[in-house]
Amino acid sequence: MELLLASGIGVLTAAGIYLVCRAQTFPVIIGLAFLTYAVNVFLFAMGRLAIDAPPIYDAAVKTYTDPLPQALVLTAIVISFGMTALIVVLALRGFLESGDDGVQANEGGESEGGRTS
Amino acid sequence: MNPMDHLIIAPILLPAFVAAFIVLALRENLRAQRIVSFVATAGLLAVGVYLYALAADGQTRPYLLGNWPAPFGIILVIDRLSALMVLLTGFLALVVVTYASGGWDEKGKHFHALFQFQLMGIMGAFLTGDAFNLFVFFEVMLIASYGLMLHGGGPARLKAGFHYVAINLIGSTLFLFAVGLIYATTGTLNMADIARRASEVAAGDVALLRVGALLLFLVFALKSSLAPLHWWLPTTYGAASTPAVAIFAIMTKVGAYSIIRMNAMVFGGEAGPVAFVAEPWIIPAALATLVIGALGVLATRRLVDLVAFSVVWSMGSLLIALGLFDVEGLTAALYYAVHSTVAAAVLFLIADMVTRRRGVSGDALRTAPPIANDALVSGLFFVAAIAMAGLPPFSGFIGKLLILDAARASAWGPWIWTLVLVTSLVVVIGFARAGSTVFWKAQAVGGGLVAAAPPPEREYDTPRAETPMMRVCVYALLAAVALLVVFAGPVTEVLEATARQILDPAGYVDAVFDPAVVPEWSR
Repeated sequence: MELLLASGIGVLTAAGIYLVCRAQTFPVIIGLAFLTYAVNVFLFAMGRLAIDAPPIYDAAVKTYTDPLPQALVLTAIVISFGMTALIVVLALRGFLESGDDGVQANEGGESEGGRTS
Repeated sequence: MNPMDHLIIAPILLPAFVAAFIVLALRENLRAQRIVSFVATAGLLAVGVYLYALAADGQTRPYLLGNWPAPFGIILVIDRLSALMVLLTGFLALVVVTYASGGWDEKGKHFHALFQFQLMGIMGAFLTGDAFNLFVFFEVMLIASYGLMLHGGGPARLKAGFHYVAINLIGSTLFLFAVGLIYATTGTLNMADIARRASEVAAGDVALLRVGALLLFLVFALKSSLAPLHWWLPTTYGAASTPAVAIFAIMTKVGAYSIIRMNAMVFGGEAGPVAFVAEPWIIPAALATLVIGALGVLATRRLVDLVAFSVVWSMGSLLIALGLFDVEGLTAALYYAVHSTVAAAVLFLIADMVTRRRGVSGDALRTAPPIANDALVSGLFFVAAIAMAGLPPFSGFIGKLLILDAARASAWGPWIWTLVLVTSLVVVIGFARAGSTVFWKAQAVGGGLVAAAPPPEREYDTPRAETPMMRVCVYALLAAVALLVVFAGPVTEVLEATARQILDPAGYVDAVFDPAVVPEWSR
């Protein structure tokens, strides 16, 4: 199980890094999503892996799983979900206003000299 | 607990409520938005002054959220460093909100709401005493900054905005990896508790904790535009609207603050195997930042880009002093942080004054017809540029003296002296060239030369002057630069006490876990 989890995080991260380095906005966004999945699983594993153990206190239970990483992951999921939504809208607006979905800042908008809006 | 101590949380709650109120109740009423936003920011500054006075006795005061004892609950901590940063942010915010009310806030509906959320995030980052909570406040700050960065719209801003959001999302991911590693090895996220336990980490986990601490440093280095992670800054600052960039001047300092808090204090002298893990990296990278910033100043073709690169350069100077990790170095870094925040903000405002007077020529560094009030604007630019470049008699000069003085004992001393002085000269040349192109050559050609074909989009079609209130903002910031010089002695004394407090993690830990602070119910 450790091997599965660790290699899963590794593959997600590698795919994320590869995609983030692309020159189009769409792969970059997918890459960012992969990276956030990887980090969410990673955070989850930071409380150590425990199977069939409750995260809340109960007098009858002997072993527990750490509840804190679960709370952290929830927060991280909410934040990354919001961020992904934002960057998707941003990329779409950029595509619609400039007509291409390249990542280069200097194409389209900025011209030689002069402050552009 | 003194009832007035509840004001420790006010810098976070006040902007949060005001922002929500503006969005919900005043969405269509810009005039009311301006009034509420101004009054709230003035209140924030007042709270900042109170907290600064509170922390001036040298005591570290934890504030338990929900009355949960540390390390189980999230805590806020006010010490000299937090109080200084809160006060500085309050002052800058008041100036910027006033400047924005002169017309910039008309370009979108939600400027003031976003601005208040931005303040909430920045203040929270300065006040929190919990590593994960620091992440959350970073995100609050960043989300608001995305909105502010895009304020005004347009393809150039959208493109630059995409870069800015993407790079910061990657930064946030690294932040989470770092926090996860720190939690896995120390079992806690409370900063004081991490500081306490870092030296007792099991031998097998030391490497992981070092990785966590260095990843954190990487994230903060990204925020404070340390080379080679600085490329986002000129693109973002060059495309964002003026009031947004002016408040962003404090955001690079949030990165520097976090390096001080986490890498100089929490993982500081008492952290055993992870003590000062960032030390071998920070000074070489900061020297590279100096060089790149100075070359950028020389190479750029737009006034706003020029100021943005001078910000990169100033962050280089700041991080060199910070990287010394001793009392003299931190004192110099803090003085330079205050100075460079104010100087960068005022330069961005003056660049806007120039841009709006030049109409179609915008802020391009090329000859154009003379602008209205040439003497006044060029005078202001001259003073601000001298302050930024670090020539006497302004605060940049004193900041630089402090840095050079602090670097004498360092092994990097000769490099620091050479590069700081040479790049200063380069920056002076860059500013002089820009100033003479914009102000003097314009007079030489008279009104005869019409600007070349106007760019397809621009902020101002016709030249227009700023309102008197906007000019007052520039004067206020320049007055702060002057006061930093006049009161350099007392200010450095206070900052030295701040530096001593930072380099004493044991005092911080004792204050957070002081039995007198533990709530009665949990004793």
